[in-house]
Amino acid sequence: MDWGQIFNSAAGELLSPVTAAYALAAIGIGVHFGYAGLLNFGQAGFMAIGAYAFVIPTLLFDFPLWAALLSSVFASILFAFLLGIPTLRLRADYLAIVTIASAEIVRYVVMTTGLTAITGGASGLSGFNSTFTALNPFADGSYGFGPWVFTANQLWVRVFGWSLVVLASILVFLLMRSPWGRVVKGIREDEDAVRSLGKNVYAYKMQALILGGVFGSLAGVIYVLPRSVQPTNYATTLTFFIWTMLLLGGAATILGPIVGAMIFAVLLTLSDGLIRGLISANIITFISSTQAGQVRFMIIGAVLMLLVIFRPQGIFGNKKELSFNV
Amino acid sequence: MSETMQTHPLVIGEVGPGCKKVDPIVVADNVTRTFGGLKAVDVVHVEIPRNAITALIGPNGAGKTTFFNLLTGFDKPNTGTWSFEGHSLARVPAFRVARKGMVRTFQLTKSLGRLSVLQNMLLGATKQPGENIFTALIKPLWRGREQDITAKAEDLLDRFKLLEKSSDYAASLSGGQRKLLEMARALMSDPVLIMLDEPMAGVNPALTQSLLGHVKQLKADGMSVLFVEHDMHMVRHISDWVIVMAEGRVVAEGPPDQVMNDPAVIDAYLGAHHDTDLGEMTGTIPVAAAPETATATATVPTETTAAETEREVEK
Amino acid sequence: MPLAIRHASTLLRVVGAIIGTTLAALMIVLAMGLAPASAQTTPSPSPSPSGDFTSTFTIGGLIRDGDTPLEGVEVRVEGDGFDEVGTTGADGRWVVPVPAQGKYTATLLPDTLPAGVAPRDPENITRDVNLATTNTVNVLFPTGAGTVVESNIGATILTRVIYGINFGLLLALGAIGISLIYGTTKLNNFAHGEMVTFGAVIFFLFSTVIGIPLVPAIAITLVLSAFTGYAQDAWLHKPLRRRGVGLVQAMIVTIGLSILVRYVILFFLGGNVQTLNTGLTENVNIGPATITLASLVSMGVSVVMLILVGLFLTRTRIGKATRAVSDNAQLAAASGINVDRIIRIVWVLAATLTGLSGILYGIFRQVNWNMGFQILLLLFAAVTLGGLGSAFGALVGSLIIGIVTEVSTVWIPNDLRYALALVILILVLLVRPQGVLGRKERVG
Ligand SMILES: Nc1ncnc2c1ncn2[C@@H]1O[C@H](COP(=O)(O)OP(=O)(O)O)[C@@H](O)[C@H]1O
Ligand SMILES: [Mg+2]
Repeated sequence: MDWGQIFNSAAGELLSPVTAAYALAAIGIGVHFGYAGLLNFGQAGFMAIGAYAFVIPTLLFDFPLWAALLSSVFASILFAFLLGIPTLRLRADYLAIVTIASAEIVRYVVMTTGLTAITGGASGLSGFNSTFTALNPFADGSYGFGPWVFTANQLWVRVFGWSLVVLASILVFLLMRSPWGRVVKGIREDEDAVRSLGKNVYAYKMQALILGGVFGSLAGVIYVLPRSVQPTNYATTLTFFIWTMLLLGGAATILGPIVGAMIFAVLLTLSDGLIRGLISANIITFISSTQAGQVRFMIIGAVLMLLVIFRPQGIFGNKKELSFNV
Repeated sequence: MSETMQTHPLVIGEVGPGCKKVDPIVVADNVTRTFGGLKAVDVVHVEIPRNAITALIGPNGAGKTTFFNLLTGFDKPNTGTWSFEGHSLARVPAFRVARKGMVRTFQLTKSLGRLSVLQNMLLGATKQPGENIFTALIKPLWRGREQDITAKAEDLLDRFKLLEKSSDYAASLSGGQRKLLEMARALMSDPVLIMLDEPMAGVNPALTQSLLGHVKQLKADGMSVLFVEHDMHMVRHISDWVIVMAEGRVVAEGPPDQVMNDPAVIDAYLGAHHDTDLGEMTGTIPVAAAPETATATATVPTETTAAETEREVEK
Repeated sequence: MPLAIRHASTLLRVVGAIIGTTLAALMIVLAMGLAPASAQTTPSPSPSPSGDFTSTFTIGGLIRDGDTPLEGVEVRVEGDGFDEVGTTGADGRWVVPVPAQGKYTATLLPDTLPAGVAPRDPENITRDVNLATTNTVNVLFPTGAGTVVESNIGATILTRVIYGINFGLLLALGAIGISLIYGTTKLNNFAHGEMVTFGAVIFFLFSTVIGIPLVPAIAITLVLSAFTGYAQDAWLHKPLRRRGVGLVQAMIVTIGLSILVRYVILFFLGGNVQTLNTGLTENVNIGPATITLASLVSMGVSVVMLILVGLFLTRTRIGKATRAVSDNAQLAAASGINVDRIIRIVWVLAATLTGLSGILYGIFRQVNWNMGFQILLLLFAAVTLGGLGSAFGALVGSLIIGIVTEVSTVWIPNDLRYALALVILILVLLVRPQGVLGRKERVG
């Protein structure tokens, strides 16, 4: 067993495009839940919408990169309206159930055989990455040091992904220090109070839902850029993982979702590598290597529970802010 | 008291439930709201006078809060129309009602716990360019307005003795302080009519006196006030006009002294509510006399005012 | 500690009553029934695939009747921790992406073959697939004109309706659990799906693996399920309530618990689909429709249980107290009801009912580690449809969901039926936000 290899791949995860996608999706539900108090359990649906709305026009209509990105953004805005119109006037738990249901509907629809010609059915879609790699500004070669050595294409997708993450964070920062952010946070606390002060609560909630949803859809794009689209990836479990990352970092913070996603990704790779390593070194003998893959999910579940019980504010959150039970 | 018509400077014609006001700010007609079989609100006609302090009293469950909810768009009536400054408000959403200058507070305080006291206040201000999602991104576009409203908020907080708390989370305030904060926050928008649902409940008695002063000052500043209150001292002390609700209906209205001696009012209170809030009232009305008059009017509480005036004369 | 004793004995009585009556109901239904027949697989489900893989490994194949490609035929691929159904497209091809190389099984689902076509070898429709050196493996399922009877549309619909009612009734057992917990504590319990799985897996363990008779196996399952309800409240949710942990946080805790328990079950059970051996595989004709005896027994048990729950809620003192707590917990507490005790009873009752629902669902479909999570959303949809927190509403919602998902397969592709149920949920919320039987909330 090669310990160096295990740590190297864990460190490599830190900057991987998947981590960037997780971070961006977590920033999205940070806007929803952390700031606006909206219980979006359908972030996997936004990611799926983003990915498919990016890939399908690229494959079927040869959309250039910018147009495919726009299509992704528009599709998620449309999806946010579809979710928001029936539920944003209702109590918070309805949004939770409707978002989780809608995300599943999206997954069922893209997987159905009747649409295989468009969505690829259960096997998903691939071969759409050329418009992205064609714009690669980096010359061939290898870049970086230590665990972070990338080819030009690997570097390009990381730079692209993490730039989106940084832009989204700046956007959230600017918004949340503004009066717009104040209204949204007020809605999180008590929407009737905000309504009584003459604010159009419904419109603000819709704006927040759209903003976080657009982040989710772009996360979906980053997620698929270096690989193919697999519909099975967009199950409810993905949403729950993103929630874990958000809560790990701190829901109503700027850096929380990013750091949460990084910790999550590193821990996942590390624990998996360690358990497999221990098995191959015959130190752990009572579980198979398939079971090893399951142990890390148990760890995620346990971490999520312990986190919410013992450190609900996350790593960056303000303890005082959450100590009130509002 | 004369045997003839009761008149009052706020009123056109005779004083009584549903009487016409010289300058009404709110006029409501046939407003009803039922929950299951229960008719929580059943107001045939009522007018709220402008630039006056009007108290809305009645036993618990009389429908006062529900009536507030209906007027301000927080609940939808089964029937009815109402207008504010001559514009119909039926089916207008709550936030538009507030923007028209009719701002309310809640019986159960709704302070925004995880915002600071100052942020709570700033949220109350209107015409903030920074509340638009696009202008919000560019601070210079809203910095000026932010400074103005911060100054105004601090001024109000000072008046309500909350200035030292301005950077604390609202959740850390006491119940009474939250009531004050909610009232101050409502004032940030310079409302035309402010509607306070039990503003004194839970407020430290030492503070109520100054609060009374604030409410009076509002009127002096040109506002109209409608408030729900159980404390009869306060009602008597500051209100120009009192409207009494019971079982969803307006059973009496008039100037405070007259209403509080009205058997229909005592009836409304004794009917459903004889264990609270009567300390003040039993002081002015012979306890023994009350039950008889009460039963006499119990079945026809909205009968002509003339009949009620007669009974008053008998005493 | 007389209080604790009374407390425990109430619990015992409730659980005992549930188990006793379930068994009694089972006996009654069995008494009408027939002798056990030879083993036969229960109708196979098309579960929603799950997982988190990015792979290019696939198992696939081509299914034809002679030279005609067959569309919409389903093949189920299972492996360690993996379970997914592939459906053939217009060209007769099906593909299932799998997470890694390894050993899998592919099973043709004969129900999905068009009328008049059957597997050439009906006894042998499961293939072992070893994905070792390549990324793709093709599997063949020869078909031909089989012995499948042409059925008319009326009979098909009737059969689907009956299966729908069966599914709806067993959903209702779980949904009422969610609804009771939501009603008394306002908690959305995301770990409820695992309570379904738990019931099915424990029943599988005792009835099929260990092989003890049906009735004691059910009894053991229900007792253990009841205990999980006790444990969840006593060790998790009551302490959380004590600490004043908010509802959203408590809900996220249940999500964590759901993930944890699901993978613990996977760890021990493995990823394969297991078939329960109930011995109730005889077919029964109801008019033109044909259903399995197991389904009939299942419906009988559900109906009896639901009636009992209804009587419990409306007739007994504890049941009335439960409704009082649901209406207004503070008021109930003020009028002398021990709210914590009621909540404890509700958890135990809910867990027992949900465990039973798991047993029945395992019989209706099959047992796998993910089964409860797959129907969790349908349970929520049922509860929301009926109006959050209304037990009777949960029953109505469940029946709607059950019948819609089963009957819709007559017209829409099998793999979209759950989607349809969820679409209906959203449409109902648009028209009647408080659910079919719910009440509006008080504002201000
Ligand atoms: N959302 C609601 N659902 C059912 N009944 C309600 C609701 N809101 C108010 N009520 C009932 O309407 C009546 C009037 O209540 P309310 O307006 O709060 O009275 P008040 O403010 O005068 O004490 C009460 O009987 C109350 O129980
Ligand atoms: Mg009230």
